[in-house]
Amino acid sequence: RDMEEAGLAVEAEESSGAAAMAKEEEAELEARMESVGASVGANLAERLSRDRPPLNSTLDVLKFLCKDFWIALWEKQVDGLRTNHRGVYVLQDHHFKPLLRISTPHGTASAAAIAKVYLPHSVGLLRGALARLGVQATVVAESGGQAGATGASVAATT
Amino acid sequence: VWKNKTDKISSELFTMTYGSLVIQLIKDYQDYAEVNKQLDKMGYNIGVRLIEDFLARSNISRCSDFRETGEIVAKVGFKMFLNVTPAVVHHDGRSTASGTASSSSSANTNGSAATAAPALGGQEFSLILDENPLSEFVELPPDAREGGLWWSNVLVGVLRGALEMVQLQTAPYFVSDVLRGDEQTELRVRLVKFLDEEAPPADD
Repeated sequence: RDMEEAGLAVEAEESSGAAAMAKEEEAELEARMESVGASVGANLAERLSRDRPPLNSTLDVLKFLCKDFWIALWEKQVDGLRTNHRGVYVLQDHHFKPLLRISTPHGTASAAAIAKVYLPHSVGLLRGALARLGVQATVVAESGGQAGATGASVAATT
Repeated sequence: VWKNKTDKISSELFTMTYGSLVIQLIKDYQDYAEVNKQLDKMGYNIGVRLIEDFLARSNISRCSDFRETGEIVAKVGFKMFLNVTPAVVHHDGRSTASGTASSSSSANTNGSAATAAPALGGQEFSLILDENPLSEFVELPPDAREGGLWWSNVLVGVLRGALEMVQLQTAPYFVSDVLRGDEQTELRVRLVKFLDEEAPPADD
């Protein structure tokens, strides 16, 4: 139901301009998708890190996520990892699988609107994985206009 | 470009995401019958879209009968999207007995029934899922078992939706599930009727 309504909510908004209800529903949906993602991320991270030496620093955790975790999920590494050394990390993926195939007949703007619904799940995946690996973090996703370019910033506080 | 290359997705991610989704539904509805219904609905919406992808990739032409449909669903459809091939068991007409003692007579009646009047209602096939990617890592608590949860109920909806798009109105349902302690996982698909060709209805 959740996923189906995702697609519909966006379409409905365009056609009828329903405002408050759709907004509320979207927020509900995003919360749901994020929590689904979080539990998957946490369990997956646990499985993947079982047979490896412990990750000691936050940076180690992040590297682990960029390599092993990302490969397990999307068959590729993160394209870029940047940090300001104050606890903010930015992960970049230029061919982000969940968004790669999204397109609409109405151009990039509407595609971006739909793509928004797909991101909370991925955000949840990361947040869940981080939490299970001992890093309490806030995760925010950003998607650039062009297909697939995505950055996720992670504000980590250990 | 995408003719030979199929995009794959980590099966762990798939399985776990499905699991979390079902759990979320259970939390939201607190009622297993309702969860079954919602899973079916989600599946239906997936199925009506998925059939297009299926036809585009498989390049398969019209099935000659419902038997063939069953084979295609199992050997091409399930293989393509879940990478498993369930065994197909056909139940033709009312005679479910697959010729144990009266093999000659049953073959006779079967043959005549097929040629004389393709008895539509009651044509069925079963998919026996030896492997089910959806139920990997899954264990049902007694509560859910008693509540009547069909864990993989999306598949019901997917089949219903996909077959409806090729003019087959069907009523798929789960007969048994290993998660509930049954011997095997059996998904049965019954043909209700052939639909007339018409303009596709609006998405719902």
